[in-house]
Amino acid sequence: MVKTATCAFRKASLLCRFMSEFASGKIRFPHSHLLGIEGLTSNVISLLLDCAENFVEHNRQTDNKLSSLSGRTIINLFFEESTRTRTSFELAAKQLGANVINMSVATSSVKKGETLIDTAMTLNAMHPDVLVVRHSESGAVKLLSEKVNCAVINAGDGRHEHPTQALLDALTIRRRKGHISGLLVAICGDIAHSRVARSNIHLLNAMGAQVRLIAPKTLIPSSIAKMGVEVFNNMEEGLQDCDIVMMLRLQSERMSSGFFPSIREYFHFFGLDYKKLANAKDDALIMHPGPMNRGVEIASEVADDLGRSAIREQVEMGVAVRMACLELLTAISTKGNGT
Amino acid sequence: MSRVAYVNARLLDPASGLDSPGTLLCDGELVSDFGPELFKDGVPEGTNVVDCKGFCLMPGLVDMRVQLREPGEEYKGTLESAGRTASAGGVTSMVCLPNTNPVIDDMSVLEFVARRARKLGLAKVHSYGAVTKGLEGKELAEIGLLWNSGALAFTDGIKPVSDARILGQALSYASNFGQMIIQHAEEPSLARGGVMNSGETATRLGLSGIPREAEIIMVERDIRLAEMTRGRLHFAHLSTSDSIDVVRKAKARGLNITCDTAPPYFALSEIAVGDYRTFAKLSPPLRTDSDRLAVIEGLKDGTIDTIASDHAPHDEESKRLPFANAAFGGVGLETLLAVTLELFHNGHLDLLSTLKLITSAPSELLGLKAGRLKKGSPADLTLIDINRGWKVDADAMQSISKNSPFDGRPVQGSVLMTIIDGRVVFEHKA
Repeated sequence: MVKTATCAFRKASLLCRFMSEFASGKIRFPHSHLLGIEGLTSNVISLLLDCAENFVEHNRQTDNKLSSLSGRTIINLFFEESTRTRTSFELAAKQLGANVINMSVATSSVKKGETLIDTAMTLNAMHPDVLVVRHSESGAVKLLSEKVNCAVINAGDGRHEHPTQALLDALTIRRRKGHISGLLVAICGDIAHSRVARSNIHLLNAMGAQVRLIAPKTLIPSSIAKMGVEVFNNMEEGLQDCDIVMMLRLQSERMSSGFFPSIREYFHFFGLDYKKLANAKDDALIMHPGPMNRGVEIASEVADDLGRSAIREQVEMGVAVRMACLELLTAISTKGNGT
Repeated sequence: MSRVAYVNARLLDPASGLDSPGTLLCDGELVSDFGPELFKDGVPEGTNVVDCKGFCLMPGLVDMRVQLREPGEEYKGTLESAGRTASAGGVTSMVCLPNTNPVIDDMSVLEFVARRARKLGLAKVHSYGAVTKGLEGKELAEIGLLWNSGALAFTDGIKPVSDARILGQALSYASNFGQMIIQHAEEPSLARGGVMNSGETATRLGLSGIPREAEIIMVERDIRLAEMTRGRLHFAHLSTSDSIDVVRKAKARGLNITCDTAPPYFALSEIAVGDYRTFAKLSPPLRTDSDRLAVIEGLKDGTIDTIASDHAPHDEESKRLPFANAAFGGVGLETLLAVTLELFHNGHLDLLSTLKLITSAPSELLGLKAGRLKKGSPADLTLIDINRGWKVDADAMQSISKNSPFDGRPVQGSVLMTIIDGRVVFEHKA
């Protein structure tokens, strides 16, 4: 059923059919939270992508407001600074007619955890339908999900997972390449500290792509090959014949902690420029989760190359994917016994 | 004083190798006699009789590594709570780390703990003294005076003495008094920021790792320092195959190096962290399964001298946190016996060798008189059913803090009764 849906949803008019099948229980999202990609089957991932695909077309129309989440409350709870992801979730929720509340909780370095549980309990008492949570510590969103009885979407926890980013990347790839299975995907840069990399590894593996990681050895975490990836420490070799090149953001504070000596040196060996890109396939797609550090991990000219770069499209897919997540999660959660 | 005969017991004394049916007679606070022949023709008039129903009567356990939290963090644990917890676990003597607040780097704190513990009349409490003032790793604490006041050995507790020069001086100076330095071996700059064992699980969970080498490197270095200074060195809770192997080789070279481990390191592996289970956040971190098996090998071939519970109580607020923010450590007094008995039940060691690791071995290492059956010694005993199966339930524990890494684990072997100075301080309620 999921497969037939894939092509059908190119037409926005079929959104209604999808929704009615969904409402009638023919299509069902089998989880109460979206905490990570790990553990999701390819069928479930396809379901999310199919649903999102619909919203892409729909969002491009002028009169595009929907009402499926009318009367529902979504709380964006961000313990870590974010503009892009939070805005994307906010827009997604509003497109579906939900009430949205944004909460940015300043993290005091000492009492982070207390704030987390206390805030979760307080917000839970207000009976939201979905909590969208970002936190600087791995596992924090799961911990919070255990204390509330509404659906929880992980908008990024530490260096663990960022599932909606992986989904929007997958949707971008699927629309550009027509499929994910069989593609050779290189993820390049600060793998060690990246939740985007981890979610993408899980998703791409589940969907049958082949994943390569390219980074200096200091930014490759221990035993990562066991997650089903091939590791390269040289851009030219790693990019050979790749269909997709995913760049990761490099945080400059990594330099002071000895992961690499200088930005100049990093860009020389691991920054994506046309010369290195020439090793990939001619039609290789360039992606970046943003925000970019131009001249650090990616050259401006490459990032802005509309023929090759899907970076802006990724942002558009972000809204559609988050609409799909909200839609599917709220369909099974009813207030009070969501978990 | 009253005389109590514990009849129909299976008497176990790991130190002497005794394992036989028999009777043990307590006269007041002391063991006055025991053996298979005692009162064979009936217990004399005026002696109270306790029927052991064939269960094992043995010396109370000696736990050489517990954190007491009093003074300073009474909301996590008190001497009284630790005393009751120990009694429930069959522990009659325990040695506490100096990481209280104030630190046990001064005679007055040492004496405070001793006085409070004596008053409670529960498990006997001994203390280690700090190696360095304030456990800061900079200046030596008053090792000689602390020794005079009864400190059993010297350690900076859950922190390593990381400065090689200071450790060398501590080893050298403490040997003036024949005293031992106990090291938590973890190279701090390698372990910095880490919250669990480095490897696949840490990578998958997105948690910072502590490499095994942090322990191995420090054990290697410290053995050299002990050799250089001719000091007496003991490593606490070893957790990796390589560090155990380094100790094995040092012992083979004739060096007076000893070490212990704790039940989590031979019963659990990093898999227990699962989905961010903070009760499995320990220091040193739980390692791989091959390390776990190497710890068992170390216990079998005698490289590892003793087992300690590594009891580290933490309140809920210190554990109900994102994994990286949660405190290190787990409670262990109540599971020490049952988890250690897995070595026997799984066929790794015979019963007496297993029990020796938690009775006479630590006692001898620290120069205590406890941990063996001896006429004229204090009647610190425990009666155990080595076969009874039960399930560890953190909520049902005596301890104020419930952070057991073994919560939910089915175990075999339980404490039926604990006796201290002839008084029954714990009885299992069926």
